[in-house]
Amino acid sequence: MKTFCKYFASKMLRLSIIVAVVSVLSFVLVSFAPLDPITAYLGYDRLQISQEQEAQIISRWGLDKSPPERFLSWAGNILRGDFGKSVIFNEPVVDVIGKRFVASFWLMFFAWLFSGLLGFILGAVAGTFRNSLADRVIRFYAYTLASTPTFWVAMILLVFFAVKLGWFPVCCAGPLGVAPEDVSFADRLYHLALPVLTLSLVGIAQITLHTREKMIDFFQSNHATYALACGETRSSTAIFHGLRNILLPAITLQFASLGELFSGSVLAEVVFSYPGLGKATVDAGIRGDVPLLLGVVIFSTIFVVVGNLIADLLYTLVDPRVRTEEAI
Amino acid sequence: MLAIEDLHISFHRYNKGLDRTKLTPVHNLNLEIGVGEIMAIVGESGGGKSLLAHAVLDILPANAETGGKICFCGQELDRKKINKLRGRKISLVPQSVSYLNPLLTVGRQVFRAAVVAGLSKKEAKIARDSAFDMVSLEEASMKLYPFQLSGGMAQRVLVAMATVGGAPLIIADEPTTGLDPELLAGFLELLRVTIDNGRAAMLITHDLNAARKVADKIAVFAGGTIVEIINNRENLTSDKLSHPYSRALWDSLPENGFNLSEIKHTYSARENGNQQGCLFRGACCCDREQCEKSIPPLMPVKHGLVRCWNA
Repeated sequence: MKTFCKYFASKMLRLSIIVAVVSVLSFVLVSFAPLDPITAYLGYDRLQISQEQEAQIISRWGLDKSPPERFLSWAGNILRGDFGKSVIFNEPVVDVIGKRFVASFWLMFFAWLFSGLLGFILGAVAGTFRNSLADRVIRFYAYTLASTPTFWVAMILLVFFAVKLGWFPVCCAGPLGVAPEDVSFADRLYHLALPVLTLSLVGIAQITLHTREKMIDFFQSNHATYALACGETRSSTAIFHGLRNILLPAITLQFASLGELFSGSVLAEVVFSYPGLGKATVDAGIRGDVPLLLGVVIFSTIFVVVGNLIADLLYTLVDPRVRTEEAI
Repeated sequence: MLAIEDLHISFHRYNKGLDRTKLTPVHNLNLEIGVGEIMAIVGESGGGKSLLAHAVLDILPANAETGGKICFCGQELDRKKINKLRGRKISLVPQSVSYLNPLLTVGRQVFRAAVVAGLSKKEAKIARDSAFDMVSLEEASMKLYPFQLSGGMAQRVLVAMATVGGAPLIIADEPTTGLDPELLAGFLELLRVTIDNGRAAMLITHDLNAARKVADKIAVFAGGTIVEIINNRENLTSDKLSHPYSRALWDSLPENGFNLSEIKHTYSARENGNQQGCLFRGACCCDREQCEKSIPPLMPVKHGLVRCWNA
């Protein structure tokens, strides 16, 4: 338990270092970007305010101070939990991220689950029966999808299933004209279907190819040879011995791919106009909402790093070799 | 119980681009093992002895080709038949604990071996317990993972794996590697007890001394085939050996003077050459005309069979 606490503490330290580095870098990038917070805030009304009014806003927001000073006051606020106010949504950044993340969370969760399960199964089958017809079909599929951009798949699905066949809605997280809090559960799932399908289809490729390689490696190992010598068939060897051995790297990969999932969800959300965090990120970027943009960057950093942390912790649960070393 | 006739194992290897060479690490191999017998296959490491074991179980890598006949209890084996025999009738004691799944407790793996050998879950549990009992391992050791086993325990677990399904033929592939003399003696005794229950074993080893202690017959493996089979294991002495390679092997034992002769180098240069004649010609005392022309077959001599025109 003591070693575990130490392990956890060192991971948390690493997490905070990463967040600190990312915030400095993104702040530097944003301060060099040609974004004018006043225009972002006022829009076309900017033309109507006087020089004095503008000067007032500048001094009130601290825009006349040097970038390091601005960074320190921003970082100080963040440490106190104040991420500032989103300019385009006119709400605290924390609230915007919270609301948007709930929508994105379900999208990413289902996509993560389906792509993980399906990819793992396909990869295991392909690896077990290497060079069979099934393997070749699965590999062809995976290579094709691995080289296909997410937004393109999203558009194809949209055109085919939503526009042509009309099976699924074209956009959004609920029926038009219904307030977000009144949308029924079934409706929510219905609107999630196509974005989830897009992300799952694209996300399968990597985990499939990875699992396939691991399964092939497994079958070249001594213990796979021995299992066969004991009378196991290829498929029973794969099920009883192989899956256990390749599960861990697959889980790790799946958690480590949260970053890609996040960026994939940005693209899918834009195509489907799905009001999630990804869409908010793009809006913040296009319309110069600096506080929201920085907030999302920090949030997604934490999200991805925590994903990797979970993968590391799972190692200790699945692998007895790591587990007992921990216990000693 | 097991009869091997004229076994060949070959591999295709790509040298450069599409330039292929065919390697034949095992050729013209004949062997018979009877009930209650331990047949030791002795030869140097890396010579292809393990391939023999893998060929009998049909677990060679996919790029291997085999020729010849393998008969088990009078039946010629093909792929389908071997599939049914593995684990049930023929079992393997592997080289080391790395052949066990590192992520499963040894108790579960022994149980699984019994289930795969065709026992019901109830029978498998009983078989597992008695297998652990037979190799004198405590019940608590069933809960250990392979990496937690000591060398001696690992050997016992591997023997339990091989015997739990009740297979009458046990193939032990270099099971003695890395064991200290005490563990080795224990293992050999265990093997002897196992075989005396009406089974048979093929003990593959590079340790001539270990083979002498336990085997009923010793087959000397060299140059990809068996050059001599010695029936009489009792009081084995140099003059009972007829083949020049067997004598060289004997002389290389520590207690016989550690003499390394040139014979190994001579034949290994000729291996895989697919040429006619005895592989050992020029390296032994008395070359004959016949030695140039053809590989000698296994011929009966006083203490067994030997592949030498001079014997």
